[in-house]
Amino acid sequence: MTFEQRVARLEEIAEELERDNIDLAHALELFDEGIEHLRAAAGDLANAEARVQRLIERADGTFDVVDTRD
Amino acid sequence: MTSRRPSRRAERADLDLFAAERVSGEPVVAPPPQPELLDAGGYPGATARSAIAVSTLTETAREVIEGAFIPLWVRGEISDFKSHRNGHWYFCLRDGSAQIRCVVWKGQQRAIPAAPDDGMQVAAFGRLTVYAARGEMQFSVTKMEAEGDGLRRKALEITRMRLEADGLLRPERKRALPRFPRVIAIVTSPDGAALHDIVAVTRRRAANVRLVVVPAAVQGDTAPEELCYALDQVNRWGGADVVIVGRGGGSREDLWAFNDERVARAVAASHAPIISAVGHEIDFSMCDLVADHRAATPSAAAEAATRSRAELTEELRTLALRAGNSVRALARERRDRLRHAVRDLVTASSATMAFRRTALQSVAGRLHTLSPVATLARGYAVPRDLSGKTLGSVAAFTDDLPFDLVVRDGVVPSRVDRARETKP
Repeated sequence: MTFEQRVARLEEIAEELERDNIDLAHALELFDEGIEHLRAAAGDLANAEARVQRLIERADGTFDVVDTRD
Repeated sequence: MTSRRPSRRAERADLDLFAAERVSGEPVVAPPPQPELLDAGGYPGATARSAIAVSTLTETAREVIEGAFIPLWVRGEISDFKSHRNGHWYFCLRDGSAQIRCVVWKGQQRAIPAAPDDGMQVAAFGRLTVYAARGEMQFSVTKMEAEGDGLRRKALEITRMRLEADGLLRPERKRALPRFPRVIAIVTSPDGAALHDIVAVTRRRAANVRLVVVPAAVQGDTAPEELCYALDQVNRWGGADVVIVGRGGGSREDLWAFNDERVARAVAASHAPIISAVGHEIDFSMCDLVADHRAATPSAAAEAATRSRAELTEELRTLALRAGNSVRALARERRDRLRHAVRDLVTASSATMAFRRTALQSVAGRLHTLSPVATLARGYAVPRDLSGKTLGSVAAFTDDLPFDLVVRDGVVPSRVDRARETKP
């Protein structure tokens, strides 16, 4: 799952938990799932690093993205 | 077969005199050489007999004038401006006491932001020549600047109106930037300060992104085409979540490519949301107007396009808080409901008990009124045999019969002395 997908799921979970009349057992399940996504997303952040690349168009109109030394 | 054409040398001897015909494209009908005319006064036109053609005169004048003046800037006021059907511009440049006819050839207009208007005070760069067909001096212009930057302002206004007419400036066209961009395309010079700043800001923010540079010249004659081409490449590639187009600060002229209508239209046509970041100007460029987002500098564009690690961490924390609070609140609410339920149950059951007690008392009261005890209380006594059976008639009393006499406050053991029957 990408960081974005995890955050999106976390938002869904938070929203559902805030809803009235949610079943308690279901709420706890959701909470556990949320904790898992939180851990994974935080892990993604820890490894974040910007990469600089360059777009190269080949003669046949296809594209390459190559790393650059900047 | 050998031709009888005049030798090359002879042809060349006439060149100077009849160059005008050759230049004007008319067939060169070389008159027969008349060397005796040239000899008469020593030079062409010295005598009536050696008179030169008008075209020769104007052509010679043209050569003299072009040779005498290097290209230069001339200032004056525009009048009689006409944009001819053939695409060339014609006008006069004048001051209080003189005027000169000017032309801007169609192919030379690219460096001039917009056609000038009559009355504009301008400085025009060009070379002085002679328009042979009219025998007039003509200033052939290749660059022009108007007082108060009037031409650029006019060009901007025209471009803005054209973009507006096509709906490209409508606020509802502006798209939101993606919340979590992974790939940012950067259309700029690969050696410029803009790229350096964007990379530095992105690194500092520890943003989790790929920066993909799409090189283009950002100033000079080729800049508009290169910018358009690079923006088109980004569209055809299709891999960018967001695009930054721009350059670092510079003079107004340096930034001019970003006011080019073609570049503005290419920005508007970006498939991915696009940020325009042109220099440090307070003025808006045309690209700024059509982009989804305008940043004052490339650094600001990088800030707008990326989310820092700190920001994202904070966002996760907020989500965790929301979820945690909800679950706690839910648990608290369920506990409270349980408590209420227990309390209600207790209340309900004690109410039932009280009702029963009352009912019981009522029954007891009724029993009491029927009880013989009450009768006894009024002073009566009841005889019972030893088995407890009430002795209600004389016949039940036999001689020496032991019985109990039940009175208000107890039982009196008794015995019949002698039974007798009395008639009431």
